[in-house]
Amino acid sequence: MTERYIARSSAIAARMLGGEMMIMSAVDSTFFTLNEVATIIWQSADGRTSLSEIIEKVCREFEVEPDSARRDAEQFVDELSRHGILLISDKPIDNPSTRPTEAL
Amino acid sequence: MSLMYEMNQKALELGVPISVHLDVTYRCNERCVHCYLDHDDHGEMTTAEIKGVLEQLADAGVFFLTFSGGEVFMRRDFLELVEYARQLQFNVKVKTNAVMIREHEAQRLRALGVEQIQISVYSHRPEIHDAITKLPGSLKRTIKAIRFLKSQGLKVTIANVLMTANMFEHAGVQALAKELGVTYTLDPTITPKMDGDTSILKLRIPGKELNQVFHTEALVGNVPEFCAPPPPPGEDEMESYPCSAGHTACYISPYGDVFPCVQFPLPSGNVRRQNFLDIWRNSSQLADVRSIRAKDLPVCSTCSHVGSCTRCPGLAFMEGNMRGPSSADCEKSFQRTGIPSANMLRKNGLVSTAPLVQIQPLTA
Repeated sequence: MTERYIARSSAIAARMLGGEMMIMSAVDSTFFTLNEVATIIWQSADGRTSLSEIIEKVCREFEVEPDSARRDAEQFVDELSRHGILLISDKPIDNPSTRPTEAL
Repeated sequence: MSLMYEMNQKALELGVPISVHLDVTYRCNERCVHCYLDHDDHGEMTTAEIKGVLEQLADAGVFFLTFSGGEVFMRRDFLELVEYARQLQFNVKVKTNAVMIREHEAQRLRALGVEQIQISVYSHRPEIHDAITKLPGSLKRTIKAIRFLKSQGLKVTIANVLMTANMFEHAGVQALAKELGVTYTLDPTITPKMDGDTSILKLRIPGKELNQVFHTEALVGNVPEFCAPPPPPGEDEMESYPCSAGHTACYISPYGDVFPCVQFPLPSGNVRRQNFLDIWRNSSQLADVRSIRAKDLPVCSTCSHVGSCTRCPGLAFMEGNMRGPSSADCEKSFQRTGIPSANMLRKNGLVSTAPLVQIQPLTA
């Protein structure tokens, strides 16, 4: 399977609110909130860490089955990329978003 | 229930300031007759100071950031500030008169991912608009800027403040907004100056004209619904907060002063002397604002409009008591529904004995 890399787009507004990440696309103003698992994927989307490594991290932290985690993560990544919120590439991405979005 | 509403509720429960209005300057290239500001520079925050404040706001959980003034483009570093705010991942809205926006500025605002630009337009006729702004040619330049912004695909809203000088212009401005492909909003509120001077309140549109505005379908939508008598307030309404000021939102002046809202000049701290989050969490003034519930308002809690009134605690504060009525909002409720507020009845010596009951039975 081809490895995938994901990076947060800079064309978004994002902030952590009580354990959930709020994200609004600056392109089409779509507003999302991410649950804890999705927030981990989002925060790990630095363009350098592969999606497989991110999924392993999710499996470790939330004790979920790898197949199920991969299916959910792929779906989540595809959904956010359709709104231009996540960038996807089969190679590491050089210019990911600038600032990590730390929890309050 | 929308996702946005849910997040606002969550911010309220957690005490997070989800929205901040930051005026970066009070200087302005226009001299609008109704403006509540003093346009002299009394020591604005520097670029570095504002960047530091933006970092603190991001750390405090602020998501919606409105840059306003004065005229924001009077600061040469304005686009640098917007760029920094976007790096910090704020959802940025800009309020401007747009007179200084050319193609380059429009391109930059688009490239930086600014969510919305709100632009003041008072009339579709230069002789009216320019007489209010006291800047000859301002309408022409503002409209040109709106076209630049639209051509970049930015979301633009025309804000039409109504006063005596332009109270019959709203249909023309609305048509102009339609032609330009932008959103239109109307605001019939004229506020006292920040220093308490109330002389500009004479510009407020008279009751008869306000009544017409509230009964114009093109402005309010469904008139019978908009102007319906207020339903009897329930327990939820009586326990509710007046508005987001001090609860999930606040205002910061170009000098670093923190207030509950731009329309609520209760000094609550200064970010030049204290960390923003320290002010937000520990200011006794903000704590006082947060303690107010509709049931605690001595006059308004007895008013039939209490559940539906647009009562602004800031305007009430400027009238002398943040727990008191805001006469401008009493007038709005009255002109909208035809039912006088408890405050109006009190002032006319007609104290309402059962003010929460709109229609009393003839027999007991």
